Amino acid sequence: MTTITKTGQAGTLESSDILITVAPAAAGTGIQIELTSPVKKQYGEQIEAVIREVLAKAGVADATVNANDRGALDYAIRARAETALARALA
Amino acid sequence: MKKLRRTMMFVPGNNPGMIQNAGIYGADAVIFDLEDSVAVTEKDAARRLVYNALKTIKYPSEVAIRINHISTPFGYADLETVLAAKPDIIRLPKAESAEEMREIDAIITKAEEKYGFPPGSIKMMAAIETAKGLLNAAAIAAASPRMTAIAIGGEDFVADLKTARSRDGKELFVARSHILLAARAAGIDAIDTVFADVNDEEGFIAETMLIKEMGFDGKSVVNPRQIRIVHKLFTPSAAEIDHARRVLAAYQEALAKKSGVISLAGKMIDGPIVTRAERTLAYAEAVGAK
Repeated sequence: MTTITKTGQAGTLESSDILITVAPAAAGTGIQIELTSPVKKQYGEQIEAVIREVLAKAGVADATVNANDRGALDYAIRARAETALARALA
Repeated sequence: MKKLRRTMMFVPGNNPGMIQNAGIYGADAVIFDLEDSVAVTEKDAARRLVYNALKTIKYPSEVAIRINHISTPFGYADLETVLAAKPDIIRLPKAESAEEMREIDAIITKAEEKYGFPPGSIKMMAAIETAKGLLNAAAIAAASPRMTAIAIGGEDFVADLKTARSRDGKELFVARSHILLAARAAGIDAIDTVFADVNDEEGFIAETMLIKEMGFDGKSVVNPRQIRIVHKLFTPSAAEIDHARRVLAAYQEALAKKSGVISLAGKMIDGPIVTRAERTLAYAEAVGAK
């Protein structure tokens, strides 16, 4: 299991990008994602699923995530989540 | 006919919007840039973005990645991340020696083994951007069987010469010639530098004509608008195609007659002219010109 001890952020607020912040959370609280997106209604679940997948793959069980989406495709969401997490763990 | 590289379009490596649309403009190759267009604080983000793009998006063109130089803190990490996504080409900026290319070659070889890619499937190209690099261009171009092209990075090169770029490019003439010679001696492509002023179409056309006439295989571009212009200028004209066909017809006729001397409209035709005519027709076919 991987524990996050500090905040990591990646991405921008440019169109087609997403700004993701990964922060520590108390053990047992799980992954809490606060998502802002112009397409939240249609794609909110999908965006969250990509972020959860990145965290799960890295063995992160507890984290607070803030995601400000500007219409990013899955590859960009994944890349930004990976970078934010790597920075949080660096 | 080998792969065309008339245009190699630079795409900033940390810009998702540009990366996901890079394939739609018809460039013969796209170059995702991890070097000068990416801030030092965003190198990690850019390499992950480019890696994920390559794993997800199917590009219709060749895909190259310009890594940071291996003498910087970023070059090795760039390679470690992006090689797993199997780019077609790794481009090293500011190349100065054959040893650097061989070092990257060895890293690529390990990655190909690790990920099960066919040996030798990832190519390399070098950009010459300093006087030292230019003087070693022949060795750099021949450094490895992976070498597929050598390019000139004009802005850095003229800065290293302690001058600036002029509109007619006289300060680049020796460097361009030298790089072309190095490319031809090694049997690889020669790619010209970018023309940064996207609003100066006249200047861009003049520079593209110059490098085409010098023998370059293509040009780096920074804006999709430049692609169509380069492709048009590199396409053989109807008159050139017609002439090439007549040269080959005259050659075939002479062969049939076992005639030693060939002439077409009063001009002697010999080996190099036949070779050029064949190249013109192959090129015309490759670009769909008639």
